Amino acid sequence: MFVFIVRRILQTIPVLLGVSLVVFLIMQMVPGDPATLLAGEGATKETIEMIRHQLGLDRPILYQYFDYVIHAVQGDFGESLRSSRPVLDEILVRLPITLELALASIFITVVLGMVAGIISATKQYSASDISIMIVALLGISLPSFWLGLMLIYFFSVNLQWFPVSGWGTFKHMILPAITLGAGGAAIVARMTRSSMLEVVRQDYIRTAKAKGLKEHVIIYKHGLKNALIPVITVVGLQFGALLGGTVLTESVFAINGLGRLIVDAIRTRDLPMVQGGVLIASVIFVFMNLAVDVLYRYFNKRIDLN
Amino acid sequence: MKQFDEKILEVKNLQTYFFTDEGTSKAVNGISFTLNKGETLGIVGESGSGKSITSLSLLRLIQSPPGKITGGSILFKGEDLLTKTEKQMRSIRGNEISMIFQEPMTSLNPVYSAGEQIAEAIRLHQKLGKKEAWNKAVDMLRLVGIPSPEKRAKQEPHELSGGMRQRVMIAMALACHPEVLIADEPTTALDVTIQAQILELIKTLQKDFGTAVILITHDLGVVYETCDRVAVMYAGKIVEYTLAKEIFTNPKHPYTIGLLNSLPRLDMDQEELTTIPGTVPSPYNMPKGCSFAPRCAHAKRICEQAVPDLQSTGPSTQVSCWMFTPQWEQDHDVQEKVGV
Repeated sequence: MFVFIVRRILQTIPVLLGVSLVVFLIMQMVPGDPATLLAGEGATKETIEMIRHQLGLDRPILYQYFDYVIHAVQGDFGESLRSSRPVLDEILVRLPITLELALASIFITVVLGMVAGIISATKQYSASDISIMIVALLGISLPSFWLGLMLIYFFSVNLQWFPVSGWGTFKHMILPAITLGAGGAAIVARMTRSSMLEVVRQDYIRTAKAKGLKEHVIIYKHGLKNALIPVITVVGLQFGALLGGTVLTESVFAINGLGRLIVDAIRTRDLPMVQGGVLIASVIFVFMNLAVDVLYRYFNKRIDLN
Repeated sequence: MKQFDEKILEVKNLQTYFFTDEGTSKAVNGISFTLNKGETLGIVGESGSGKSITSLSLLRLIQSPPGKITGGSILFKGEDLLTKTEKQMRSIRGNEISMIFQEPMTSLNPVYSAGEQIAEAIRLHQKLGKKEAWNKAVDMLRLVGIPSPEKRAKQEPHELSGGMRQRVMIAMALACHPEVLIADEPTTALDVTIQAQILELIKTLQKDFGTAVILITHDLGVVYETCDRVAVMYAGKIVEYTLAKEIFTNPKHPYTIGLLNSLPRLDMDQEELTTIPGTVPSPYNMPKGCSFAPRCAHAKRICEQAVPDLQSTGPSTQVSCWMFTPQWEQDHDVQEKVGV
């Protein structure tokens, strides 16, 4: 297990190098020139060239890239072109907010999704099963920004239960977390249901019954641990979607998280900021995948990690 | 011949039906048998004859819906299991009556160790602590002949061979010293050499624990090796119920005779195996009379009109066939079938 984790951490290095290269190249290719943007309207050609030189943007691309990587490894992601503050500092201010939001959403995805899925599976074709599956279908189909706006309209504007926007207290967290987690919860619910339904038809469940175990022991001890294996895969994949989703959710709820930071940086062609932000998000994603693999192994020792 | 006279299980007119969109399937259609202490009863039949459904019915493990035990009684130590609450049944399952299944590959939970799965039953029924239950599980593994049981107990099913898994199943089933063990085709999925070992093991443990065994099989050789009495099932009914040895020397029912004739024999030079013509009738569309009549070479009109009762033809033999009734001689319509 330990060897596996170390090896997986080493494997993240080429992945992150690849990510940084792709981001770097994309930012080179998109239209818009940071030097022109920084110089402002009406600036002379000379001023723009000077800024370009100051930023090192006139050097060969490969040189720029390696220079960037070498600094990045040391924790130096450069300075934001807009605020002139170190990129890492800016990210570290925003990151905890996004992580909080992501964790709260994952919590909703996993807990709500699994509980709903189990209820559905154990009471197949009942009224609760059918209503859960209808709600899940809605959850998958609704775009998250629309869901967010609707939640704001009903719960913040009309009922005034929750603040309309911002971040800071527990109350601030609830609506964004639901907005971001709902789609995932719906997928997890459907996955848990079908996985449970398959598991309860297995021979070992019959063995457990023949042993004289109680219904809930059979479902939660013998069924769930087997049923969770495909569910974990889905949760892992959802986490990726979720990181992407923070961008929209943070915009809808005006939360100053990493997602908004990256979006703003893209709009202003703040290259170092975009690169730094995407890279940090990739690191988180890679480590989440690692966590999923470790969980896999925990739930099913048949999976050979090596 | 051993003598068994203390009844432990008495099944009377058991009926288990399945209600599906296609209609009602009478998978077990009024069967009766008794099981005495320490005895081995074989239940033989083709696939679909209702023998597995019978065994699941005894523990009330029929998936419902679509299945349902619609009638009869299952007297265990004089008390009807069909009137027990689910809670009472749980304290009987795996404790007083336990069961092993055909597929050792899939009958164990893949995510728990062998020892844990055995200890679970011990903890549940004997109210032992975790440690004691585990030690007892290891003892059980040793008893069923698993080498280095301390190590094996910690392994998960995928690390064990098929024969070893079936031994684990047996250890689990016998951990609480049940009075009745139902073995549903325990050796069908195993290699022939392993089959013999497993049957030998069941026999030895049966003797040690005094357990009564219901052995469900389609293999007449297994019956000959292990059983005291045997019930031959056909289309949800018992057609012949007799001593195991008797069935080989003096089979009565035409179906039993057909089964015996279709066994490959070493002492005869056979080019082809004999088969019973036709197939088992669809459970949704049973013939009005004897369900074997359409395939029977001796069938008369009476066979197609009414179902024969299971009646005694000797001190320990019961047969459900019109041939052994007084009515047989009165029916002169001997329509010997063409091509049979």
